[in-house]
Amino acid sequence: MSLSPYLPIVGLFALAFAFALFSVAIAPLIGPRRYNKAKLEAYECGIEPTPQPVGGGRFPIKFYLTAMLFIVFDIEIIFLYPWAVAYDALGLFGFVEMVLFIGAVFIAYAYVWKRGGLDWD
Amino acid sequence: MIDVWWLLILKVVGIFAFLVLVTLFTIWFERRVVGRMQHRPGPNRVGPFGLLQSLADGLKLAFKEDILPRGVDRWVFVLAPVISTTAAFTGFAVIPFGPEVSIFGEQTSLQLAEVPVGVLVVLAASAMGVYGVVLAGWSSGSTYPLLGGMRSAAQMISYEIGMGLSIVAVFMAASTLSTREIVAAQADGTPYQLLGMDVQLPSWYVLLLFPSFLIFMISIVGETNRAPFDLAEAESELVGGFHTEYSSLKFALFFLAEYVAMVVMSGLAVTMFLGGWHAPWPLSLWGEANTGWWPFLWFTLKVMGFLFMFVWLRGTLPRLRYDQFMHLGWKVLVPASLVWIIAISGIRSAARDEGDRALWLTVLGLVFIAALLGYLWPRRRPVPPATADSGAGGFPVPPLDLVVPPNPRAKRLAATRAGTGPASGSGEGADDEKEV
Repeated sequence: MSLSPYLPIVGLFALAFAFALFSVAIAPLIGPRRYNKAKLEAYECGIEPTPQPVGGGRFPIKFYLTAMLFIVFDIEIIFLYPWAVAYDALGLFGFVEMVLFIGAVFIAYAYVWKRGGLDWD
Repeated sequence: MIDVWWLLILKVVGIFAFLVLVTLFTIWFERRVVGRMQHRPGPNRVGPFGLLQSLADGLKLAFKEDILPRGVDRWVFVLAPVISTTAAFTGFAVIPFGPEVSIFGEQTSLQLAEVPVGVLVVLAASAMGVYGVVLAGWSSGSTYPLLGGMRSAAQMISYEIGMGLSIVAVFMAASTLSTREIVAAQADGTPYQLLGMDVQLPSWYVLLLFPSFLIFMISIVGETNRAPFDLAEAESELVGGFHTEYSSLKFALFFLAEYVAMVVMSGLAVTMFLGGWHAPWPLSLWGEANTGWWPFLWFTLKVMGFLFMFVWLRGTLPRLRYDQFMHLGWKVLVPASLVWIIAISGIRSAARDEGDRALWLTVLGLVFIAALLGYLWPRRRPVPPATADSGAGGFPVPPLDLVVPPNPRAKRLAATRAGTGPASGSGEGADDEKEV
């Protein structure tokens, strides 16, 4: 299999990238420049900006959990796609295997649900 | 088959121009339609019907000051809109918008790249878009953009799960990942014997796989950060969300990326569920409807239909609360997709005349999942009625039949009137003075 069918995608990618880069580069050149100390502060509706913690500070663990769960399900999806494409060729065997696989992931999912891993409060 | 080089360049530039033009049109269209929904005319001054409004806005943005606030991470801050825009555009490369046509004597199909894993390219490009948003929020060095960026990242990856699972049924039905072949698979209805007559069953997957379509529609609204799921830029909570600190053309690029992502997702939805560029039913009776450049028109009209859906949703529904929104993504869309995948694969197995065993297995699987769901279904715990003694929510509440004791002054007054009090008229006066 050659990679040439993928080349046009790179073409569109390159054009969009060049356009975006051009826009970003030209914006400071054609816009006005009026120095104002307050303008360079982080915007917080006019109050004194909250000082940013060094190194990003602490963040709710929920976002981290969501990302981990995303990886689990994304890998499940990656297994489902080739299975779905070859479904008619696999026969009953493919069906039974996939029911077992989805069931297995579902048990983990049910566990996470029960432990409150999916709750945002 | 790969085209000659000048044709490739022509197609790349053509698709780019098409996406930019559709974006300009959609911004105007959205403002007009939302305006009508709110009983006001919307922009109607610049050009005929206000059509040039978004072009004017874009030019205005270009001549605004490009502010680089003090706290930002310079390189990432500049790169984030570039990533967003590039990722949004790239997805359209594999979407077919017409059959074979001849351009300057060359036969070519109206699709930039036909690859065997077409749909994966769109999904990959849309996943890259998350980077633009989360990096923009992180590099701004400001509170609201950081919160908006994190929210947006969690939201987009959550709804990617729903989207990825919902289209499995389409791949199963079409037996391919290639966008062109998915469109081809929806071209003709399957002939079916009904009461001795040949009936053409409709072949669009929106009819055959309606639950998939429903989940896919909800997911792409979440994936593109559009109302009612626009929590990343909930202006009542987070000012502008991840792009609060952006100005000038950098802000315009985020705007462009959002609308291009909408167009690409609509194009994907049309390809997967609405028969791609094929003419809809009454038009398809006309013999030439699916030849030449006509299909490009049908494709554009279908995409417009989807864009109208986006605008309609925005004009109708209020924004969700974040926990409700994540609840919908993880606890409704994901299990619904999984159950639907098992159901549709069981039905296909059963239809493939392996008969009873597959059917029983499907039923068993569904019962298993239904039992799990029933076990996990959230139950509202009975709230004990608030009594006067226990108080409501920890606050003391007086009993309903409480007799309020009369205040001391009224008691004294009553006593003097009856003449049993300690004082005469002057004493009463002295009392009054003391109180004042």
